[in-house]
Amino acid sequence: MLKQTPLNQTHRDMGARMVDFGGWDMPVNYGSQIEEHHQVRRAAGMFDVCHMLVVDVTGAGIREFLRYLLANNVDKLKEPGKALYSCMLNPAGGVIDDLIVYFMTDDWFRIVVNAGTAEKDVAWMERQRAARAPQLSIKPRRDLAMIAVQGPQAREKVWQAIPGARAASESLKPFQAAGFAQYFIGRTGYTGEDGFEIMLPQQEAAALWKTLHGLGVAPIGLGARDTLRLEAGMNLYGQDMDENVNPLEAGLAWTVDLASPRDFIGKQALLAKPAAMQMLGLVLLDKGVLRGHQKVVTPHGPGEITSGSFSPTLNQSIAFARLPLAVAVGDTVQVEIRDKLLNAKVVKLPFARNGKALI
Amino acid sequence: MSIPANLKYTKSHEWAKLEADGLVAVGITHHAQELLGDMVYVESPAVGRQLAAGEECAVVESVKAASDVYAPVAGVVVAVNAEVTDTPEKVNQDAYAAWMFKIKPVNPADLDGLLDAAAYQALVESEAH
Repeated sequence: MLKQTPLNQTHRDMGARMVDFGGWDMPVNYGSQIEEHHQVRRAAGMFDVCHMLVVDVTGAGIREFLRYLLANNVDKLKEPGKALYSCMLNPAGGVIDDLIVYFMTDDWFRIVVNAGTAEKDVAWMERQRAARAPQLSIKPRRDLAMIAVQGPQAREKVWQAIPGARAASESLKPFQAAGFAQYFIGRTGYTGEDGFEIMLPQQEAAALWKTLHGLGVAPIGLGARDTLRLEAGMNLYGQDMDENVNPLEAGLAWTVDLASPRDFIGKQALLAKPAAMQMLGLVLLDKGVLRGHQKVVTPHGPGEITSGSFSPTLNQSIAFARLPLAVAVGDTVQVEIRDKLLNAKVVKLPFARNGKALI
Repeated sequence: MSIPANLKYTKSHEWAKLEADGLVAVGITHHAQELLGDMVYVESPAVGRQLAAGEECAVVESVKAASDVYAPVAGVVVAVNAEVTDTPEKVNQDAYAAWMFKIKPVNPADLDGLLDAAAYQALVESEAH
């Protein structure tokens, strides 16, 4: 039996095509995935992200605990509400999950983890807590729904939909959140567009979804979510990295703080094993579609595509590829697609941001 | 959408149409394009290629996934539809008009071995459960 979010029936009523996404019954599109993609880049779209898990960590000494648990350094979080993207590593330096952590108060941090890894993440956090900070409490919040509203008009639409939301969230900077009445509003997302991720009580999710729809915010499925994050240069757990991948080889070096003297889980392994590969973007020059696991041929040795698809913004196929360190932006490499070698150009990520192509 | 009665179908979701000139036009069904979503790439077989029945001979790719297209009957490829190769979304717009290639069949009677509209309808329904 697939798990359902509180919006399941609403998706069906809106004509969604549903798929099994890691054990969750989720909308992949409501018609055309490409139209949905453009809608987010040009106006505003909303995503059901209730399958992701909110985890609240409370108690004295959280910061010290998270400093050790996470690869990015929570000491970067100084203002209340500020958010940080981080990996949670295993002792071998592999990625258990990538997550967002919000600093709310000195004794409350909020973490959002991926759906497919949620149980494993909570068990891991719980194990570390018991060993290092038994005074803390780790509480999964399945009682909360989460809706992401993304696009150049997204914030305006949210302010129209939720009375009082403007006053509570207008001053939020990117990657900052605030609690307000029964809501928690973060200026974050997974599309490369401005917008909010809104947490609220489960039983209110469908009403907010319908209100936003009435204001012209289009429902967006997982299909467009994937092409949007790909264009925005954002990794997908399980595809671009997992427990066997070094984050420094997955384009995540900017999220791993090796500079500070603090110790964290996985640090020793990363220091002992410098990156041998790098993650870069590819744009296909020939006709076809780049996909995950395709082999890349370069003069410096083989590489592999981790995520690939068709970019509606660029109108050509794009990908993330793990490539030898000697490959440089601007090089042409070849991708093996069905026994043919097609040409692709190596580019810097991202491919698009804030409605504009960057390639 | 109803399944045209004048076409034949395969279990792998191709349609085949015997035309007046004896050639067989081949495309993918409405159901197949619906599963795949927005089409962005079509790779047709080379004209002149000899195909066995059931042979992998073309590829359709949507934003979501790549899918092989199989020859419904044996024969030689005599034409490909450049309009569909150039504008793959035609497959989404009207799957039964968007033929991908035409085969001169070794034996036109081979079409009789394919599914008719009712049998294909039953197949689609059985896959939905």
